[in-house]
Amino acid sequence: MKVTDKDVAYVADLANLELTPDESTRMVADLNSILSHIDKLNQLDTSNVEPLAEVVSAFASAERKGSDKFAYAQRPDVLVPGLSREAALSNAPDTDGTCFKVPKVIER
Amino acid sequence: MNINTMTVDEARSLVQSREITAHALAEAHYSQIESRDETIGSFLTLTKERALAQAQRIDRLAEKGDPLPPLAGVPVGIKDVLMTRGERTTAGSSFLEKFIAPYDATAVAKLEAAGAVCLGKLNCDEFAMGSSNENSAFHPVRNPRDTTRVPGGSSGGSAAAVAAGFAVATLGSDTGGSIRQPAAFCGVVGLLPTYGRVSRYGLIAFASSLDHVGPFARTVKDSATLLEVIAGRDPRDSTSADVPVANYASECGRDVKGLRIGIPEEYFGEGLDPEIRQAIERRIDALRKAGCEIVSVSLPHTEYAIPVYYIVATAEASANLARFDGVRYTTRSSQSKTLADMYRRSRDEGFGAEVKRRILLGTYALSAGYYDAYYLKAQQVRTLLTRDFQNAFTSVDAIVTPVTPTVAFKLGEKTNDPVAMYLNDIYTVTANLVGVPGISLPCGNNHEGLPIGIQILGKHFDEATVIRLAHAMEQDQL
Repeated sequence: MKVTDKDVAYVADLANLELTPDESTRMVADLNSILSHIDKLNQLDTSNVEPLAEVVSAFASAERKGSDKFAYAQRPDVLVPGLSREAALSNAPDTDGTCFKVPKVIER
Repeated sequence: MNINTMTVDEARSLVQSREITAHALAEAHYSQIESRDETIGSFLTLTKERALAQAQRIDRLAEKGDPLPPLAGVPVGIKDVLMTRGERTTAGSSFLEKFIAPYDATAVAKLEAAGAVCLGKLNCDEFAMGSSNENSAFHPVRNPRDTTRVPGGSSGGSAAAVAAGFAVATLGSDTGGSIRQPAAFCGVVGLLPTYGRVSRYGLIAFASSLDHVGPFARTVKDSATLLEVIAGRDPRDSTSADVPVANYASECGRDVKGLRIGIPEEYFGEGLDPEIRQAIERRIDALRKAGCEIVSVSLPHTEYAIPVYYIVATAEASANLARFDGVRYTTRSSQSKTLADMYRRSRDEGFGAEVKRRILLGTYALSAGYYDAYYLKAQQVRTLLTRDFQNAFTSVDAIVTPVTPTVAFKLGEKTNDPVAMYLNDIYTVTANLVGVPGISLPCGNNHEGLPIGIQILGKHFDEATVIRLAHAMEQDQL
């Protein structure tokens, strides 16, 4: 067992998830079984291999350098209408009509 | 007119010639849905008002005798991870049970601009996480070919709706096989466009470096027609590629003679159902007879694809799903007194078990002390997988493989074993990691009459060759 109850509690805290004791027990077992499959990756020597985060940059122009290379991802710097405030707030559980409202952040 | 087998071309020409109105065609589909979807469970929301208004617009055009757009009057369904303005969009999650989309996804807007009639929103695994559609927070989807079996996932509703005669075509999303696997399980065609080929604006993000939007249809040509409509650069998605959109439908019927087809030995090893292997081998023989050159290729890192995928996908998901915090998207726990409390309780109440499992795994893989061992390692092996494909594509034009190791399994069969469920994606995840296009199309049935799928993978932005080959295979089958 690599992952313990304590690890799951720590990660759940990082992810802002609340787990019941039953859920936590299940997650410890599941994460261990998934990670033991994932450990297969250690069979490979990757010390000289570059990481690949996404594939789009592979389609970028090879002749261009720097940010120009990613010209395909740029748009003209002009204002275009975005989502209206009303639409943006329309699904919020609580607003004052202008802003999202949340519980008090700073306790006295 | 047979609604169960109707193609895009048939629907459009019936509407054009005014043999049937788009309105009546939509109503005919709704009556099928109303009488039979209680058993299948493919739709989560019907968008009748919007559909019938669009149908009337098309009928007015048809009355004037104007030439109609390519999808005029074609009844379609939309996976519920794509935004539809003014309509409920849930991503199969109780977190978004009451969420009304404030705008349209680009792919949906393009379908409607081309005349399609959107009947409603289709069931899926919660946030597109799953291989059986059993992770939907609302209800599972049943396979129309055998209702004791799963339709596949995560786009299970999209595949089932096409197979059951509820929609002529549908949209789905594919992050690790979520279009191709359900297409195979339900006996329909599912197309995975190249990464960047179709805008993801308005797609509820699961794993941004792996997510694709693509069509389901009854024929290869229909899937090509839909791709042509939804493909192309979108200024609102900076990962959409500025690559010209080909006339994909015209690839159907072109000669495949001389094409070089790669068969990767790693996709035919242990774990593959012998009946599926035989079905694929028969199809490969047919390609050989049609003048294709069959070449054995090696994709040596295939066995590492699932571990890489479940690190990369969950890491990205843990970041993407951080936005569901109780502030903006409908759900907020009424129990919360402090901000931190609100985040935790809202997420606890809103997310199902598989979503929590993936967020935890992804957070773990990105956390201090584990980043290099898991996330960085997975990204490095992703490079190796990409090189495998680059090497193979120096000698072949396309690669042919199975879609799934087995036919559709029974509901409940794999729900208690996440690794067994994940291994079901073994032949599909690599295309997402590498970003290449693919298609899953029917390849006969097994001895129980359950559909078998075959997968064709192509070079980046070479959907044309994939479609050309797929169409040839489809004809051979008839």
